[in-house]
Amino acid sequence: MGGTMIIDGRKVNFKDQKNILSVIRDSGIDLPTFCYHSELSIYGACRMCTVETSKGKIIATCSELPKDGMEIYTNSPRIRKYRKMILELLLSNHDRDCTVCERTGKCQLQNLAKRYGINRIRFDQLIEEKEIDNSSPSIIKNPNKCIKCGDCVMVCDEIQGVGALGFTHRGTEVEIKPAFNKKLSETNCVNCGQCRIVCPTAAITIRNETQKVWDAIYDKNTRVIAQIAPAVRVALGEEFGMKPGEVTIGKIASILRKIGVDEVYDTALSADLTVMEESDEFLDRFSKDENLPLFTSCCPAWVKFVENKYPELTKNISTCKSPQQMFGSVAREVYNKKDKEDGKKTFIVSIMPCTAKKAEAARPEFCHEGVREVDVVLTTQELAIMIKEIGVNFHTIEEEALDMPFGIASGAGIIFGTTGGVTEAVLRRLLRDKFGKEEREIIFNSVRGLEAVKEAVVEVDGKNISVAVVHGLKDADYLVKQIKKGEKYYDLVEVMACKGGCIAGGGQPVPRIITKETRALRAAGLYNIDKTTQIKSSDDNYIVKSIYDHILKENTHILHVK
Amino acid sequence: MIKNYDDLISLASLYKKSLDKQRKKVLICAGTGCVAGGSLRIYEKIKSLVKENSLLVDVDLEKEEGIGVKKSGCHGFCEAGPLVRIEPYNYLYLHVKLEDCEEIVTKTLKEGKPIERLMYNVKGKTYKTQEEIPFYERQTRLVLHNCGHIDAESIQEYIGNGGYKAVAMALNMESMDVCQMVIDSGLRGRGGGGFATGRKWIQVLSQPNHPKYVVCNGDEGDPGAFMDRSIMEGDPHKVIEGMLISGYATGAHEGYIYVRAEYPLAVNRLETAINQALEYGLLGDNILNSGFSFNIHIVQGAGAFVCGEGSALTASIEGERGMPRVKPPRTVEKGLFESPTVLNNVETFANIPIIISKGVEEYKKYGIENNSGTKVFALTGNVVNTGLIEVPMGTTLREVIFDIGGGIPNDRTFKAVQIGGPSGGCLIFDEEHLNIPLSFDSLESVGAMIGSGGMVIMDEDTCMVEVARFFMSFTQRESCGKCIPCREGTKRMLDILEKITVGKGTKDDLELLYEIADTVKNTALCGLGKTAANPVLSTLEYFYDEYLAHVEDKECPAKICKGLARIFIEPSMCKGCTKCGKVCPVGAISGKVKEPHVIDSNKCIKCGACLEACPFKAIKEV
Repeated sequence: MGGTMIIDGRKVNFKDQKNILSVIRDSGIDLPTFCYHSELSIYGACRMCTVETSKGKIIATCSELPKDGMEIYTNSPRIRKYRKMILELLLSNHDRDCTVCERTGKCQLQNLAKRYGINRIRFDQLIEEKEIDNSSPSIIKNPNKCIKCGDCVMVCDEIQGVGALGFTHRGTEVEIKPAFNKKLSETNCVNCGQCRIVCPTAAITIRNETQKVWDAIYDKNTRVIAQIAPAVRVALGEEFGMKPGEVTIGKIASILRKIGVDEVYDTALSADLTVMEESDEFLDRFSKDENLPLFTSCCPAWVKFVENKYPELTKNISTCKSPQQMFGSVAREVYNKKDKEDGKKTFIVSIMPCTAKKAEAARPEFCHEGVREVDVVLTTQELAIMIKEIGVNFHTIEEEALDMPFGIASGAGIIFGTTGGVTEAVLRRLLRDKFGKEEREIIFNSVRGLEAVKEAVVEVDGKNISVAVVHGLKDADYLVKQIKKGEKYYDLVEVMACKGGCIAGGGQPVPRIITKETRALRAAGLYNIDKTTQIKSSDDNYIVKSIYDHILKENTHILHVK
Repeated sequence: MIKNYDDLISLASLYKKSLDKQRKKVLICAGTGCVAGGSLRIYEKIKSLVKENSLLVDVDLEKEEGIGVKKSGCHGFCEAGPLVRIEPYNYLYLHVKLEDCEEIVTKTLKEGKPIERLMYNVKGKTYKTQEEIPFYERQTRLVLHNCGHIDAESIQEYIGNGGYKAVAMALNMESMDVCQMVIDSGLRGRGGGGFATGRKWIQVLSQPNHPKYVVCNGDEGDPGAFMDRSIMEGDPHKVIEGMLISGYATGAHEGYIYVRAEYPLAVNRLETAINQALEYGLLGDNILNSGFSFNIHIVQGAGAFVCGEGSALTASIEGERGMPRVKPPRTVEKGLFESPTVLNNVETFANIPIIISKGVEEYKKYGIENNSGTKVFALTGNVVNTGLIEVPMGTTLREVIFDIGGGIPNDRTFKAVQIGGPSGGCLIFDEEHLNIPLSFDSLESVGAMIGSGGMVIMDEDTCMVEVARFFMSFTQRESCGKCIPCREGTKRMLDILEKITVGKGTKDDLELLYEIADTVKNTALCGLGKTAANPVLSTLEYFYDEYLAHVEDKECPAKICKGLARIFIEPSMCKGCTKCGKVCPVGAISGKVKEPHVIDSNKCIKCGACLEACPFKAIKEV
C-alpha cells in the first residue's frame, strides 16, 4: 500500500506507515501525543493527535490508516481549540507544583502546555491529594502527577509481560495502580523501570538516592569508590544534549572525582569476571547435562521474574553474581583490609543504567554482617542530577582515565551493556583458538542486533551448543514457555529484561520517544568502544588474571550466590 | 428432540391444536414491573382457584378442554400493572389485586362476564378489550407480538405460535442468501447506531478467520429504558432464534448474550429458554439435521453503562476491564477473542425471525424508506400512559406522546422530550419537532438520536438545566475514564451545570460549557463519550433562555432549582409572631416581636421550614 495524502495543503507521500500519525510525523510535523508509543498497542486515549479532515470530521490519527487522496489539517481553528481544551482539562486535574517537580522541563504535559500557549486554567483545581507509593526500592509512583495515559500499564503488560499495574475506578476517579490496592513492593513488579521510561510526567520516577552518596562524600572518614556500568557511558551524554551512543566515560571519571568520589572503576571489569565464571559454570553443566539451559543471571529484573513466575527454573539460572555484585564482592575483599589499615570506611557506589539494580543490591544474600556489597546504586539519571547540581560544564570538562587496578576491561566486558553482549563475551572465550577470525565474526553477528530472539549454534570440541538471546520479558516469557513445552531446545539462554538490554534500562535518560534507533545508537556506542579496545576477550585481561591470583585465590566462591 | 424440518412443523401444529383446545387463557403479566406489583402471587392464586374450579391444561398434554393460566411477558402498559389478559374475550384487567382473583375466576372464567371496574376507563368510557385501548390501538406490535400473548417460559407455546420456523427456513437457504435477505429487509441496528444489520453480517461472513462469534448486547443501561429487558423476559426464544439465524448466516457456532446482572428475571428466562432449546435440539450439534451447530452462553455484566459499547462489551466478556478500544480493527474483523464477531442488540435479533418468516416484502410494509420495520420505545416521565410501546418507524413524536401516551397528565403542557437515553438530546415543543417522523436519520439531524429507545417526556415544570445536569451526572459517573475529553470533560461540564443550578453561574460559564461540550463531542474515543455532551448541546440550543435566566436573572423559570429560589417575608402580612425565626435552622430570620421579620438571603439555605411554620402565609417563595 502507499499513496499520497494532503497534509495542511502539502502533498505527502506515504508507504507502509501503520497510521496517519506516523505519516504526519514523518513529514516533519511534530503532532503531539501522550499515549502513543510505536512499540505499544494503540491505546487512543489522549486524543491529542486528532486532526480535521477536509470534510470537517475530527479523527484521531493514531488509530486511522492513511488513505490515498485523503486531505487533513493538523492546525485548523477547531483542532487548535480542542487541543488546548484537552490540555486545560488535563491540567485542571493535575498536581501543578511544577517548580518542585522532578520532571520539570522534561515533562510532556508541561512541554505541550507551553507549546500550545496554555497560560490560564479556567477550572478550579480539582485534585485531591492521593498517597504516594514509595514502597518499591526502585521507583516512586505519584498518582497526583498521573494523567492516566496508560503507557505504564501497556509497557508492563505488553513488553514485560508482568502486568503489575492496571486501571481502577471510573470517570475522574480512575487510578493506575496494582490490583487489590496493593503497594508496588507487594506485587510481582520486577523493578525494571520501563514504566518510568514511558511515563510522560513525574507520575513514575526513580527513587532518588543521591543524598546518601553526598553524605558519604562529605564524611571524611569514608572512602567512596564508584563502579560504572558499561551502558551508562553511552547514554549519559543525552542529558547534556549529546547524541545517543556518544561515549562519555572519560568525562564521567573526571566529574566523579570533582564530585568527591575517591576512586573510579569499571563494572565492565567485573563483567570480565562474570564471563570467566559463567563460561566455566556452563561448560561444567554442559558436560554433565545438568540444569540446562543455563540462564544468565546478570539481569536482576529477569531473576526476579523467574522467581515470581517460574520458581522451578531458578536452578537453571547461573549461580554467578551479576557484574555489579561481583565488583562489590571483590572490592570488599580488598578494601576490608585497607579499612582496617587506615581506619576508614569504604562506601561502594555503583552507577547503573538500571532501576532493578537498586533492588538487587538490597537483596539479603548480598549483605554480609550488616555490610552490603554495594552501598548505593545510582542510575544514570541520578548521576546527571548530581552533575547538574555541581554545575560543571559537561562539554568542556577534560576527560580522565579510570583508576587502577579495577579500571581496565576487555571489549567483551564492555558489550555486556547490550542485548547479545553476554553471549558474545562468553562465546569469545569458548571459541578462542577455534575457527578463523571471520567465522567467529559471523557467529558473533548472529547474536547482535535488536531482533526479539536471536539464535546460534556453535561447535565446541565436537559438540553443538545452541544459544539463544532474548530481551524484553514478554518475549523471554514466550521463549521459556516454548522451552518448557519442548518446542525449543537451548543450552545457554541470555535474557535481558529490557528491550535492547541495559542500554535501554529503566535508569537511563529518557528521550521523548524511545525508539529502536535510540537503542541501536547506544548499542553502536558500546561496539565502538569494543572496536578500539586492544583486549577483546575476558581471559586476555591481565587484571582479571591478577584478581584471581592475588585477591580471590581459593575464594572464587564469593563470586557466586549459594 | 426435534430431528428435522418436518418434525418441527408437525410438532408446531400439535402444540397449536393443544393451545386452541384451551377454552380460555389467562395471561398474567410477569414482566419486572408487574412482578414488583405482585403479579406472581396473582398468578399462583388464579392457578389454584382454577384448579379448584375446573381444569388446567398444559400444552404438551392432550387433555380435555381447559383453562390455560400463564405467566406472560410484559404487556407494555406498565402504568396500569399488574395486568391480566383473558382470552378469547381479550379483556384486559388493570391494577389487579389479590382480592380480585376470586371474582375474575367466578365471573369471567366461569361465566364469561367482564368485570368493568378492572377495565381501562377514561373520560367515562370503558374499554373492554385490550385492542380497543388507545394505548394499544395505535401500536404495531411485531417484535413484541408474543409478549403478553404467550407463556414466556414455554418453548411449546413459542413453537405452537410458529416459533423456530424461521431458523428452519434459514437452514434451507445459503448463508449468503440469509444475509442478503436481511440486507434487503432494510433492518438497521436497534441499539442506537442504526447500522445496516445485513451489511454487518455479510462482513463477518466474508472474514476468512474462524472461529466467529455472535454476540447479543443486552446491556441496556439507559435510565428509564427497558425495551430489551422486556423482550428477553417476555419472548426469550425469539432472541435465541435471531442469534441462531445470525450464526448460520455468518458462519459462527458460538453465541454470547451479555445481560446486565440487574436483570435477574431476564437472565433466568434466557437460561430456561436456552435449556429448553437444547433439550429440543434447537441449540447444540447438528440442528434440525442441517449440519449446523450452535451454542449460546449467557454472560452477566457487572453494571457499567460503558459495557453497552461494543468493544467494551467484548472486553468484559473476555474478563478484561470494560473499556472501549480504538477502531480499526472493527468488531466484524476482530471482536470477541480477537475473532470476527456479529454484535447486535436484543431488539435487532428479535426482528430477524420476523423477516425470515414473513419475507422481505411483507416486512418492508412496516416503516418508511430507509427505516423499515418497527421500533420499541420505553415511554416514561410526564406522560399519562407510561410503558412499553412499539410503533412503525416513521411514526411522529406527536402520535407517540399524545395518541399512544395519552398526553401530559395533570393539565400541564408538554415541554420537551429526551430521546436516546443519557446520550440523546432534548427536543423542544414546537410543531416542527413534534411532527418529526421517528427514524435514525431524522433525529440525528436535530441533535438527538433514537438510541436504544428510551423516551422521557417532560412537562412545563421541568427545568432543562437541571435535566442536563442530571444526565451529565449519569454519564460522568459512568465514564470509563480512558480518554481525556470524556473523563475530565464530563466532570467539568457537571461542575458548571451544578454551579448554574445553584445560582453561581455566569455567562462566561455558558461559553465554557459549550466549548467543553464541543470538544468532548468531537474528540472523545467512543460512542458514550462522543454523545455524552448531547444533553448539554441540545438544551443550550433549544433552551438557551432558560440558561440565561439562571445565570443572569438568577432565576429558575420552572422553579425546580432550589438553590435559585428566593424566600422572603411580605412585611404587610407578617404579624411578628417569631415562629419562623424559631424553626429556621441557620438563623437567617431576624426581627422584633410583633414587628415584620426579614430573611437574610445570604444565610438562607432555602429549606422551606419557615414557609410551613408561618401561620399567616406571609412567607413567599419565588
